[in-house]
Amino acid sequence: MNPELGQLALIIGALLALAQFVFPIVGAWRGNSTFMAMGRSAAYGQFVFISFAFVMLTYAFITHDFSVAYVAYNSNSQLPMLYRFSAVWGGHEGSLLLWVFILNIWTILVTSISSRKKSVLPAEFSARVTGILGLISFGFMLFVIFTSNPFNRLLPVPLEGSDLNPLLQDVGLIIHPPMLYMGYVGFAVAFAFAIAALMGGRIDREWVRWTRPWTLLAWAFLTFGIALGSWWAYYELGWGGWWFWDPVENASFMPWLAGTALLHAQVVTEKRGAFIGWTLLLSISAFSLSLLGTFLVRSGVITSVHAFASDPTRGVFILTYLGVVIGGSLALYSFRAPKMITGGGFAWFSRESLILINNLLLTVAVGMVLLGTLYPIIADAFGMGKISVGPPYFGSLFIVLMAPLLMIVPLGAYSRWKQDQAGRVFKQLIIPLAFSAAIAALATWLISEGNMRTIAGVFVGSWLITGSLSYGIQLISRSKSKWLPASQLAMILAHMGVGVFVIGVSMVETISVEKHIPMGPGDTFQVSDYQFQFQGTEEIEGPNFSADRGTFIVTKDGQHVTTMYPEKRRYLQGQTMTEAALDPGFTRDLYVSMGDALDDNKENWAIRIYEKPYIRWIWLGTLMMTFGALIAMTDRRFRSPSKATAKADAPLAEQISPSEAPA
Amino acid sequence: MTPTRKKRLTVVLLILMGVGIAAAIAMTALQENLLYFVSPSDVAANKMPAGRQFRLGGLVKDGSVVRSSDSLEIHFEVTDGPKDVAVVFNDILPDLFREGQGIIAIGALDDAGVFQADEVLAKHDEKYMPPEVADALEKTGHSVAEESKP
Repeated sequence: MNPELGQLALIIGALLALAQFVFPIVGAWRGNSTFMAMGRSAAYGQFVFISFAFVMLTYAFITHDFSVAYVAYNSNSQLPMLYRFSAVWGGHEGSLLLWVFILNIWTILVTSISSRKKSVLPAEFSARVTGILGLISFGFMLFVIFTSNPFNRLLPVPLEGSDLNPLLQDVGLIIHPPMLYMGYVGFAVAFAFAIAALMGGRIDREWVRWTRPWTLLAWAFLTFGIALGSWWAYYELGWGGWWFWDPVENASFMPWLAGTALLHAQVVTEKRGAFIGWTLLLSISAFSLSLLGTFLVRSGVITSVHAFASDPTRGVFILTYLGVVIGGSLALYSFRAPKMITGGGFAWFSRESLILINNLLLTVAVGMVLLGTLYPIIADAFGMGKISVGPPYFGSLFIVLMAPLLMIVPLGAYSRWKQDQAGRVFKQLIIPLAFSAAIAALATWLISEGNMRTIAGVFVGSWLITGSLSYGIQLISRSKSKWLPASQLAMILAHMGVGVFVIGVSMVETISVEKHIPMGPGDTFQVSDYQFQFQGTEEIEGPNFSADRGTFIVTKDGQHVTTMYPEKRRYLQGQTMTEAALDPGFTRDLYVSMGDALDDNKENWAIRIYEKPYIRWIWLGTLMMTFGALIAMTDRRFRSPSKATAKADAPLAEQISPSEAPA
Repeated sequence: MTPTRKKRLTVVLLILMGVGIAAAIAMTALQENLLYFVSPSDVAANKMPAGRQFRLGGLVKDGSVVRSSDSLEIHFEVTDGPKDVAVVFNDILPDLFREGQGIIAIGALDDAGVFQADEVLAKHDEKYMPPEVADALEKTGHSVAEESKP
């Protein structure tokens, strides 16, 4: 009975989503405030029903209701309680329900905050935003109900479920999908703001101030979600990589790149009234790429075009939905945007021009990742043979595109709006430049195994860190207050995070030591300064698996460093899994995992031993970026209605004070 | 043409040029990194010259796996029914590698016609059959369902 209640709640939720779309849009068009207010009620109602459906599905997992097909395929009576919760989004159907649920959370936040008394959001605008979010939700729920229903029953009822994929039975994977989806879906808010602005035919500085905190929050979640996925892949997949240019990763990386470009374009729109076209277009792109990412990963198209052929309704629905959302918004953009684009000109060397370069490089990077990800699918669909694109394509192109971008980051912070002299900016950056060169020289001397790429990476990373730091010091010394404004602090922290990330990546990619060797009990093997002694394996039992656990004693100069226990697990449903052992550290990780037994009595094993220098810096850097975005949200100008509020209805160009106005 | 317009035109032209160059580089890089999927029957028909990288897909032939006791070197054959290709791999195999399992190996043929694999992939799922492999097997009339069972 319960699953049917969940199903019913889903259908009611879909109808409420339709109401949330129709009433406010019509209300805003007709100037009917009752209609406009109904959107908000529909959104709250929808949230209640979708939450209920979500709880019902969770309940089915907790109680092992294998009569529900989705539960039977993704759970097992031996599954630990914690994983029964995360199994809710372990498969296609449940993860789409999670998507809708998260969209509901965002909608509730946006509508409740924008309907507060002191909110400065005009009623029509707020109504349009609610309506667009309703339309997105409606489309998604139709997809869930008609093609991917998580509540479908299974007859005859199986006695036992086929278990959650063991790869997903991991703490990292409990929170990775919700974080990633918070990011994906969060871009729906920026998208809805952009479409509402296009419908209203006007954009102003206040608009950026409304939309920017939401964009920052979505971007923070996405950054954190991607980092979690990378961290999970590193310790769980058993071969010690942190990024594979896998289509699934690319799917989350494209919205991130577009979102990063958007965050920078927004600054120009807010401060200078320029780049309005970019800001709108990137808002649309970031969300469109999020949609594409969700569908690419979840529809199975990525592994094969035939995933569509096996279930054509899904394919047709997805293509229609993407067509409506992307095509519709781009059509609206091309009609409305030309009239809305205003803003001042700027000189060859100015903060605007540097941010323009940032936007161009990031956009080209999106295009490049998109090409590499979709090319095999398109080639296959057109019968051009089965092709895959090797990771070097992405890696080499990415370095070419990102190196100039990273180099100009400190210039962007130091340069003035509208016009500046390159000489003046460089003069201020001499100290950070000297520092970075010194650090790079030191690295050349200290890291004997490093090559040109290591040194270049250390230099660029140091340049980002010291350039951002010195900017912060200069700001503090020049201002009367002791502390930086939130937005400046955020920028400095995030840019330093990029620097930390770059150092981590270049170390890991160039000086990691990776050894694959056969080892028997008593064997020792030396990896850089560390001695690894293999003590043999023993059989152990877990809740839903049994395993061979190896013991490795690690010493350095005769001193005991750590003892590591990698496992080879066999899950009840028959799948084998490698559980790597890690010894994490600030400057290096040690990594041991077991391949397969080389003989029948399981004495000799194929062993991986890695030393990964500075790999933690990769995630430390992404955490700094995440916190940067969160700090930026707290900036005062997003909370207190500014001086410009009184003139909020005037087009942006008129709001710019004469001193700032374009020449 | 006013100076502003002239400047705008230069900017637009520069951007177009930049994007054009980027696109050209991307296409070249793409061409260089494309890996074709090839079945053992295609290999037997000499479709791939020695030294050229490609992805070989098929089933690990029953009884063909030979390990060495003191190194990671492993020999096996990949089959699509009518034809087999001998493969040498000198690294750690994925968890799901076993006889009868569908796999994809990335590497190139040497002069003796032996496939030197740099990488062997067997996907996460026990039931999973790489779609290319399933397709290729169907073409040769091999029953996928029977062979894929462990």
